[in-house]
Amino acid sequence: MTDGPRDLHLEARGLHKRFGGLQAATDLSMRAQQGEVHAVIGPNGAGKTTLVHMLSGFLRPDSGSIVFGGDDITGLSAPGRVQRGLARSFQITSVFREFTVLENVVLPIQARQGHSFRFWQSAMRDPGLTGPARALLEEVGLGDRAATRAGHLAHGEQRQLEIAIALATNPSFLLLDEPMAGMGPEENRALIDFLGALKKTHGMLLIEHDLDAVFALADRITVLVYGRVIASGRPDEIRRNREVRTAYLGEAHA
Amino acid sequence: MDYILLVEQLLNGFQLGIILFLMAAGLTLVFGIMDLVNLAHGSLFMIGAFVGGTLTLVTDSLVLGAVLMVPAMFAIGVLVETIALRTLYRRSHLDQVLATFGLILFFNEATRLIWGPAGLAVPLPEFLEGTVALGAGITYPLYRVVIIVIGLLVALGLYLLVAQTRFGMLVRAGASNRVMAGALGVNIPVLFSLVFGIGAVLAGLAGLIITPITQAAIGMGEDVLILAFVVIVIGGIGSVRGAFVAALLTGIIDTMGRSFLDVVLLLFLPANAAESAGPALSSMLIYILMAGILFFRPQGLFPPRGATAAS
Amino acid sequence: MRSQLTPAHAVATLLIVLCATIPYLAPALDEPFYVIVFARIMIWAIAAISLNLIMGFGGMISFGHAVYLGIGGYAVGILGFHDVTSAWIQLPIAIGLCALVALVFGVICLRTRGIYFIMITLALAQMVFFLSVSAERYGSDDGLNILWRSEFGSGLIDLEDGVVMYYTIFAVLLGCLLLQWRMVVSRFGMVLRASQSNDTRVQAIGIPTYRYRLAAFVIAGVMCGLAGFLQANLERFVSPDMMNWHRSGELILMTVLGGTATLFGPLVGAVVFLLLSETLSTITIHWHLVFGPFLILVVLFARGGVMGLLGSRTTRD
Repeated sequence: MTDGPRDLHLEARGLHKRFGGLQAATDLSMRAQQGEVHAVIGPNGAGKTTLVHMLSGFLRPDSGSIVFGGDDITGLSAPGRVQRGLARSFQITSVFREFTVLENVVLPIQARQGHSFRFWQSAMRDPGLTGPARALLEEVGLGDRAATRAGHLAHGEQRQLEIAIALATNPSFLLLDEPMAGMGPEENRALIDFLGALKKTHGMLLIEHDLDAVFALADRITVLVYGRVIASGRPDEIRRNREVRTAYLGEAHA
Repeated sequence: MDYILLVEQLLNGFQLGIILFLMAAGLTLVFGIMDLVNLAHGSLFMIGAFVGGTLTLVTDSLVLGAVLMVPAMFAIGVLVETIALRTLYRRSHLDQVLATFGLILFFNEATRLIWGPAGLAVPLPEFLEGTVALGAGITYPLYRVVIIVIGLLVALGLYLLVAQTRFGMLVRAGASNRVMAGALGVNIPVLFSLVFGIGAVLAGLAGLIITPITQAAIGMGEDVLILAFVVIVIGGIGSVRGAFVAALLTGIIDTMGRSFLDVVLLLFLPANAAESAGPALSSMLIYILMAGILFFRPQGLFPPRGATAAS
Repeated sequence: MRSQLTPAHAVATLLIVLCATIPYLAPALDEPFYVIVFARIMIWAIAAISLNLIMGFGGMISFGHAVYLGIGGYAVGILGFHDVTSAWIQLPIAIGLCALVALVFGVICLRTRGIYFIMITLALAQMVFFLSVSAERYGSDDGLNILWRSEFGSGLIDLEDGVVMYYTIFAVLLGCLLLQWRMVVSRFGMVLRASQSNDTRVQAIGIPTYRYRLAAFVIAGVMCGLAGFLQANLERFVSPDMMNWHRSGELILMTVLGGTATLFGPLVGAVVFLLLSETLSTITIHWHLVFGPFLILVVLFARGGVMGLLGSRTTRD
């Protein structure tokens, strides 16, 4: 799971997904390059979270394929994709509320060290687990909260922990589903800086409503409306795109 | 194989299926709409038998007893829902299991206290005795025919209620999407009470209807309850149609298995092996059916719309 | 690590000491009857610990857990019926059979969640129950008497000796408590507890949870089978009633009563449940009339069970 010289781009090819009468993805294709932040924007119900679910293996597309690091991973399970270095965070904070902050991060570290059929030794007294976990918590700024129960954290801290958990799996590529959701402007800025620094080592697909964050971070933007890609390009191209302005930006920046 | 026996057993299976449907219909709605594990539904079956049986003995008429039982069971159902179950909707399934398990213990003991440990025998009225000729040399007990007819009528009525009325629309909306039902401006507590009351009446009816054959006994609802669980799991939680199909399927397979499996096994096994494996295997048959269906369709045969997408 | 001593710890220690000394304490107090009562309590505690493992720590509400009591018991009963009394044959068969059944049931049940899981575990257990009822050769409803307790061979462990029987149960109880503790704090336990709280998230971390939940399900089945093995030996009797679904309900009840997801909750629950039913049933034969509503009140108001009231939180290292 090293960040070798391999081309670790993530690509969706012609994804279709239908829920009953709702078409959540139609011929959806996109390519996120390594070392880039690729943002996906679009109005509510555009199918952004469905896309993340398909890319991360929690939903099977009805047709189409997903390629990661040169391999077709369409048939791979969600855990299998993580083991290949494709991790995700959740829009609705889903940290382990009963666990301490440290335990929250120990679990993914344990996951990347192989199987967990170890029944006797205490996980939380294993320096091979807690060491890297503490180091990571320091890195994301939660070092002094290690012993706190995750459920007792402030909302912003929980969002930080959410990303820390994804990072702890040692991914080469991150799928971030609205990481800024519900955060204040101050926390927002800190997170933008943090993700900006992360860009050097990780590919990122970023779903975000906060357009300031998107334009501050993204190298490439794909715009989804009703499950279709209506535009894809560099941020300045997207800003100029008339179709995007009427469909989305106009509405948001009115 | 004797075709007369075959038809008879088929009808017996059908009749068991009808009883199971009456139980499962109420259960599946309560599960589907209220997301409540209600073990005490079996107690309602038993209470229906005892209350309806007592009303029958007092009025000296099974028909009158059954008619009077309907409002009585409805009232009991609403009462149980309001006093004991309403607070459980927001609780975990574990809490629901425990609390309704407590209700079973309570109802069983209360029944023992009121009616005594011996149970209650309800005689079959004279005009329902005897058999009817179904043609082709087949005769069948009249009362069992009546059970089947009543069950089919109730199923039809329930279908019309759920498929054709505004009440039914709300029930269906609630089964697939609770938030939407709330958004439609429905008085949810009243809707829940009504559904529970109807479920109680159906369970009580099922209990009373078989009492002339088996007589009312303490704990009589529990085996039926577990069979009804199997029915619901096969049919898909929240689906009345699924409950109907699965109930008939379960009733027929169980009955046919018990009567004919040893004969079938004789084709493959030596006589003494078939004789001992027959009863054992036939008692497992419907559970194997359930496991098989679940393996291929974890949501049952007729999952309510929307239930598959929201996992 | 929280090392402060809570009342919960004190109660747990007291109970262990009590279990260890009852064979001497009870006759001294002229209540020899309590030896058998505590032997039963400890067996139920072992079964409840096994349930706690999957229900308390793994969130799998098995409503058919007593089936393994029955299978473990019938392994002794049926083999004994055929004059196979060696524990070295009975015990592996009991364990192997429980593991196999739990594996098959687990594969079916763990594909489902919530209400489905509860109902299917109940239905599958009921299947085995009816199987035992239909086994005329082995006594059907009436069950089987066990003439000889399992034999470990001369001089090793003589279960025919009441005191040895008692301390064998006690030793198994201690072993299960220890195993439960280690499993809960181990890497395996981390996965199990995390999957209870948010299974999707655990998968998003790269852990395929199904196999861990299945493993826990099998381990719990085997542990409960061990309790059945001991119960059959203690009572010298097995019957379908051992796996009546009321027993499964009572197991859940004990676990919750004591405090789910606590190490000593199942033991405390078994003690409270059996002593309470023992006491109530001597006061009135209609004790279920009181006990039923009591249960509901416990559910509604005493969340966390006895251990919760005593200030114990869910287990941590």
